[in-house]
Amino acid sequence: MAKIIVVTSGKGGVGKTTTSASIGTGLAQRGHKTVIIDFDVGLRNLDLIMGCERRVVYDFVNVINGESNLKQTLIKDKRVDNLYILPASQTRDKDALSQEGVEKVLDELSEDFDFIVCDSPAGIERGAQMALYFADMAIVVTNPEVSSVRDSDRILGILQSKSRKAEKGEVVEEKLLVTRYNPERVEEGEMLSVEDVKEILAIELLGVIPESEAVLKASNQGSPVILDDESNSGKAYSDAVGRLFGEEIEHRFLEIEKKGFFKRLMGA
Amino acid sequence: MSVSEVCFQLKGSNITSIVLELKNYPSSDFLNQLQNKVSQAPQLFADSAVVISLEKFSPDSVVDFHALIGDCFEVGLHPMAFRAVADELLDAVKQTGLPVLPGAARSASVQEAGEDNSAQEQPCAVVGDGEQVEMSLEAVPSASQQGDIPPEPEAVKTIIETRVEIQEKLVHRPAKIIERPVRGGQQIYAEGCDLIVLAQVSEGAEVLADGNVHIYAPLRGRALAGVKGDSNARIFCQQLEAELVSIAGIFILSDELKDKAWKQTAHIQLKDERLEIAKINDK
Repeated sequence: MAKIIVVTSGKGGVGKTTTSASIGTGLAQRGHKTVIIDFDVGLRNLDLIMGCERRVVYDFVNVINGESNLKQTLIKDKRVDNLYILPASQTRDKDALSQEGVEKVLDELSEDFDFIVCDSPAGIERGAQMALYFADMAIVVTNPEVSSVRDSDRILGILQSKSRKAEKGEVVEEKLLVTRYNPERVEEGEMLSVEDVKEILAIELLGVIPESEAVLKASNQGSPVILDDESNSGKAYSDAVGRLFGEEIEHRFLEIEKKGFFKRLMGA
Repeated sequence: MSVSEVCFQLKGSNITSIVLELKNYPSSDFLNQLQNKVSQAPQLFADSAVVISLEKFSPDSVVDFHALIGDCFEVGLHPMAFRAVADELLDAVKQTGLPVLPGAARSASVQEAGEDNSAQEQPCAVVGDGEQVEMSLEAVPSASQQGDIPPEPEAVKTIIETRVEIQEKLVHRPAKIIERPVRGGQQIYAEGCDLIVLAQVSEGAEVLADGNVHIYAPLRGRALAGVKGDSNARIFCQQLEAELVSIAGIFILSDELKDKAWKQTAHIQLKDERLEIAKINDK
């Protein structure tokens, strides 16, 4: 039985797809057979971030409609073993996702995979609700600013009232991932601090991803940032994946980086 | 203390009690049936005062009322009086030392239902819960029962339906308890009861109750107590950061709250048409 993880946020542009790609890749790197599903039907971003856009033949909606099977549709990642992508359709809209159809596909994937990562579209409408409905765990991606935090709060409410687990009277695991974190701007009062976000949302902190050019660079290159193990963002995602397995890793990149002695000397 | 202070006051009062309506006794089955009945709702009957009504009772032999009282005590019922005692039984009843109350005016429907039952299986007694016995000095009993008795196999019957006003006094409506956070966009309404929330109420969330609202966590959203107009309803919260609080339709917004018990444990009530906000345990 696979564990179904939804990456969600409510608000758009906070880093859901980046997070789905990196967390999924991190899980696979640790030897767990993982599939990342793009639920953003009609927009299709995940394949770009994963760098497999040219290899998309069939998509999620084709599988739901029985026009293709999973074997034909899943795209195997070329860099990491055990990692597969199920791309979204660009020519359909989110009404193409029926609950029965999604359930059938997830059930089939469950037999084969250890983790199913669902990359949710923005918003709280049908697409987002489909992505979170079957989840065992939710990674709530939040930027340290009030509107993102408020939307995350809203999506947490939907998660605990409209998901399959909620309907059965169970609780979906909730993890907070703060992205685009910039300690300097926090210090200047332009951003909420991690503590503020934690206090408002009151859920467990999975990780804090520092704002970094490496993320943009990785996206444009079609390579998940977690594979860039030189970058702070990549390291922070690796830490987050470790914490998913219960490893106790201290949160880093929360403070302003002290410039080294030589750097200061050089005036850099 | 003044010399002329009165030691006591005599007052009329209504007491709600269980009425045990005796059908026949002695009967080897009586104790059994009574035990069965009591075991169905032990908490309801535990240590209850009970009035024994002899209205439907017409013995064909000598009755040992002491034994009857003993049986009641055995199952945890405490007889406090007899009611509707026929003249020929009056002496025997008085010997027990318990007072005798006049008979109750009964509604026709119960009598019919009672007769149906006795025709079917001749129960020993009807135990009516929640019947009202008037103990006022004027001693004008006005207890009445309504509703039909569904046919049950046992001989001891429980009359469930009584006067509605009595039901309301009797039945305690349990509070609605929420253990998970109430998130933005969610609304929780505790209809006809109190609301207890053990986790935070987020900004954009709304919690409402016809009774009191208790929040054992930060209150950042809206809390409305007494939404059907109960001006005695109150709001209690562990950390007041509300967008709005309202009691019986009278509300104030966060701006005004900020000078009061902001971010502290607070207690809000309605006094003279105004909301009064106080810190709890402010020392």
